[in-house]
Amino acid sequence: MTMKIYGFIFVMWILILTGGGIVVELVGPISFSEDIEPIITSGVKVFLALFLIFIWVFTLTKIKNWIFKSQVKS
Amino acid sequence: MEEKIIAAIIVSAIAFVSIYAFTPILIKFLEKRNLTVKDANKKGNVMIPRPGGISILIGIVASEITLYFFFPISEILAIIITSILGFSVGIIDDRKVMGGWFKPVALAFCAAPILLLGAYDSNLDFPLFGSVKIPSLYLALVVFMIPITGNTLNSIDVLNGVVSGFTTIASFALAISLFILQNYEIGIACLCLAFASLAFYKYHKFPSRIFPGDSGSVMFGTMYGVIAIVGGVEVIAAIAILPAIINSFLFLSSVKKIVEHREIKNPTMHTDDFKLKSTDDNHAPITLVRLLVAKKPLSEKQICNEILKLTTFSGVLAIITAFMMGAKIL
Repeated sequence: MTMKIYGFIFVMWILILTGGGIVVELVGPISFSEDIEPIITSGVKVFLALFLIFIWVFTLTKIKNWIFKSQVKS
Repeated sequence: MEEKIIAAIIVSAIAFVSIYAFTPILIKFLEKRNLTVKDANKKGNVMIPRPGGISILIGIVASEITLYFFFPISEILAIIITSILGFSVGIIDDRKVMGGWFKPVALAFCAAPILLLGAYDSNLDFPLFGSVKIPSLYLALVVFMIPITGNTLNSIDVLNGVVSGFTTIASFALAISLFILQNYEIGIACLCLAFASLAFYKYHKFPSRIFPGDSGSVMFGTMYGVIAIVGGVEVIAAIAILPAIINSFLFLSSVKKIVEHREIKNPTMHTDDFKLKSTDDNHAPITLVRLLVAKKPLSEKQICNEILKLTTFSGVLAIITAFMMGAKIL
């Protein structure tokens, strides 16, 4: 079981590195035309960041259930 | 550089020695006033003094104020004030059991000094890819980060020596990361936390002579959080405490709401030889300890050692991440 927890920590680390890459390379550079208010651009970025967090938590939940499926029953 | 080395040695010594010397006095003081709680994982009626957060406060404030004389920067002032506020929230919870939402909300207000002193940089740095500028979003991150770190470290305070040992390893990893990134002043501030928790671990390790209480564990968490923010190492700090984050994540994904830890069913039970084993109650929350004892019962000391080994692993990942901060792949 302990090895599975080490594996889970490692997977979380990889997900953090990957998530960081998506934020910096895809979400950060997003910009619309000059006519659009900067607050709207920020709002879109916030929405995308929240969506990424949702995906991150969803993925972790799936991995958690897969790794610990024999032990985690509740 | 010489001044920084001298400052590092002096403040580390102040943090360590003051807690090492004051904690036995505090133990006697608390025992005299009958300020003790039952150690639930010991046979018989073993009573342990609490809260040890008072000696942690003295050590941390003394060392950080000394550091402020060396480097009078707003970041260190933010660390001192936020840590004291974190202790205040914890001591209220020690004296009176508050609802599940009290600590997150109160700790969010503890982030005010960071914002008021402007002790943050709104760039969020990621390894390998560089940084992203998020001025508005970063304010929300500051407000959320202190309750998250405060509660995360508080929730791992379940067995003798875990939270103090955990904080020692995580903060040494964070201090090394800050030195790698050449952020020396905040790195030294982090050393204060590392040596303070190390000195307290001497009395908190199995079998505990004192418990930190919420005041101690929440203060560890808030100070760790504020160092991560003012040092600009939020991602590295999160990686160093991944075992505690897993604990909170498992707990929240099984309970599905924020509750005070005293309100929940115990996820573990005792065997005849007083080892811990996973409970048969399917409605009890899943925690890191429950996972560790899922296969076979373990003693309290064995579980503590396993958690500290996991923390060392995540600390190594945090240091590797710090080295990756300088590298860019795109």
